[in-house]
Amino acid sequence: MRWNELGKFLIVALAIVGGFCMYIRPLASSVKQGLDLQGGTHVVLQAVDTPQLKVNDDALDRATHIIERRVNALGLTEPVVQRQGRDRIIVELPGVKDPEKAINMLGKTAMLEFKDPNNKTVLTGTDLKDAKAIVGNGNQPLVSMEFSDEGGQKFADVTARNVGKRIAITLDGEVLTAPVVQEAITGGRAQITGNRSMEEAQHLAILLRSGSLPVKLEIIENRTVGPTLGQDSKEASQKAFLIGVAGVFVFMILFYRLSGIVADIALLLYTMLLLLVMRYLNATLTLPGMAGIILSIGMAVDANVLIFERFKEEIRAGKTLRKAMDNGFGRALVTILDSNITTLMACAVLFYLGTGPIKGFAVTLSIGVVLSMFSAVTVTKFLLKFLIDANFTKSPTAFGISAPKTGEVAK
Amino acid sequence: MKNFSIVRNWKIFFAISIIGLMIGYGSMIFRGFNLGIDFTGGSIMDLKFEKAVQVAQVREVLSQHNLGSAVIQLESNDSAATESQGVLIRTPVIADNDRTKVMQDMEKSLGKFDIRRVENVGATIGGELIQQAAIAIFLSWVLMVLYITIRFQLNFALAAIIALIIDVSVTLSWFSLLQLEIDSTFVAALLTVVGYSVNGTIVIFDRIRENLKVHRRTETVTDMIDNSIKSTLTRTIYTTITTLFAIVAIFLFGGETIHNFSFAMLVGCCSGAYTSILLAGTIWLFLQHKKAGE
Repeated sequence: MRWNELGKFLIVALAIVGGFCMYIRPLASSVKQGLDLQGGTHVVLQAVDTPQLKVNDDALDRATHIIERRVNALGLTEPVVQRQGRDRIIVELPGVKDPEKAINMLGKTAMLEFKDPNNKTVLTGTDLKDAKAIVGNGNQPLVSMEFSDEGGQKFADVTARNVGKRIAITLDGEVLTAPVVQEAITGGRAQITGNRSMEEAQHLAILLRSGSLPVKLEIIENRTVGPTLGQDSKEASQKAFLIGVAGVFVFMILFYRLSGIVADIALLLYTMLLLLVMRYLNATLTLPGMAGIILSIGMAVDANVLIFERFKEEIRAGKTLRKAMDNGFGRALVTILDSNITTLMACAVLFYLGTGPIKGFAVTLSIGVVLSMFSAVTVTKFLLKFLIDANFTKSPTAFGISAPKTGEVAK
Repeated sequence: MKNFSIVRNWKIFFAISIIGLMIGYGSMIFRGFNLGIDFTGGSIMDLKFEKAVQVAQVREVLSQHNLGSAVIQLESNDSAATESQGVLIRTPVIADNDRTKVMQDMEKSLGKFDIRRVENVGATIGGELIQQAAIAIFLSWVLMVLYITIRFQLNFALAAIIALIIDVSVTLSWFSLLQLEIDSTFVAALLTVVGYSVNGTIVIFDRIRENLKVHRRTETVTDMIDNSIKSTLTRTIYTTITTLFAIVAIFLFGGETIHNFSFAMLVGCCSGAYTSILLAGTIWLFLQHKKAGE
């Protein structure tokens, strides 16, 4: 027995086990969680052509900024507003309390239109420069709008042509007010009357100011996970994690004894590293991602099994523990690389073509595959080396290997 | 068992696979798939009411919105229950604004509720998803063929791809036979199956490649393949077991939401072990234009 080497093994092993017990929970909760785990709303908005408004690159960029402003007004932590492709905007609202109201607000395109008596649109929100809520005559809440130069000119022309007739001001197709034109209005200003309260007027003004969207947006996809279901999923996946990992651990110890314990210790380190990398890459942990982690633990063992089986073969061929270990690692390495690269390829395809939770799954699984190769090959090797060098035992049985039939364990 | 030849008994294993696949393809053709709203478009509302409600009450509200055909499920452990707080409503494609109106009416007539989950997917998304899924699966096959051809040789690549097409088919078969709902995560599960299947096959091919170098004239290729499979058998079984531990844990305890996801991996993982051990080596042998026994 060489206490020095055994000491090294124990220190490293205890450090990993201790670190795992202490840090795994805070580490797991520090990784950004997907909407399916913490609750929230995922909305896909699709820009659609209208006779007046065609979808184009610039319009969609502006629309994205406007949606961003509205989302920021909700005061959520880390909302996401992202343009996707030619004509879509993705909005993610984590932990939103009243998803229906929030979606409703996004859906409000606040598309302002002025319509002449023939119901033809003569001016739109894009002609606006500013909008304010003010108190008009007789304490009546009004929204005062200021046109851009061009808009003001258009407005002057339209009012000049339609004196004595009604011009309707509509928001998203709903008539807000339809005053009779008294005379041509050349000042570049107009008012919306008929607001029920000052609050409503302010609300309308904010929508008009921050956001008469340059295109019409329709909600084509909405996925909302309530906070209770999110919590349930989180607890369920934690349970699945504990049980799955416990099963793998017990299996490894039963079949590989000391090597199994070493592999299990490496797995603990692997799990911590995985969470750490996810945290620093700012990757999102989703429910399928959680499944990916559990799965990757099942598969991480594969590298160890490959090594240990080679190790056994070498021992049976009459090699010493030390020599068998070196050969086992060396010869299994190529196999491990070849077999894992195929999984990485599948992950790359998923990442490239997938969205949302599926991307999360691909990221988790591929980080898992890379790290598991590292932990299985290097960490296990070091720990096993310490253990063998400690001359703690020379019996191959302790490593889960039935003694060679010749009864000879070469030194 | 020691002298049992997997390659020489190829007829048994091929027959099992072919019969299984025929049942599977038959089901796919005649029963088709139960495609979820991710593919077809539609709406799912999973609500928890403060007071228990009955199916008829929910349907009445839905009928006012021309959604009388909606599928309404009570969430209760007792299948004979006539009312429950938890209700799952599935409707065909509706605009999100209309859905909001339905929910407002529901609250008016049936009382307050908590939203557990809402999914509303437009019809256009589904078509794109199917297309994307097909591209993803196909692309993964191309990549695998390329990689294995470079690292091994073309026949190994083809054998591995045939094995994995069987695995993907078996997984699809079970989903068709049991009419389990297929959603977008299913594609992720399928690709995991692809990765896993090839992973297992490669370990065996790697051994065949190694044994090819030290191959003695006295040993037939058939025996060499059998030996390669046998010397990696413990590994294949152990790895399958530990992976199954993980998948079964997710399947049993991971919650309703990823039930089908983990089932797909469960089926694929088992099929992957079967094809790797019992079929892949023989397929390679046949691709080399050799007969079992040579």
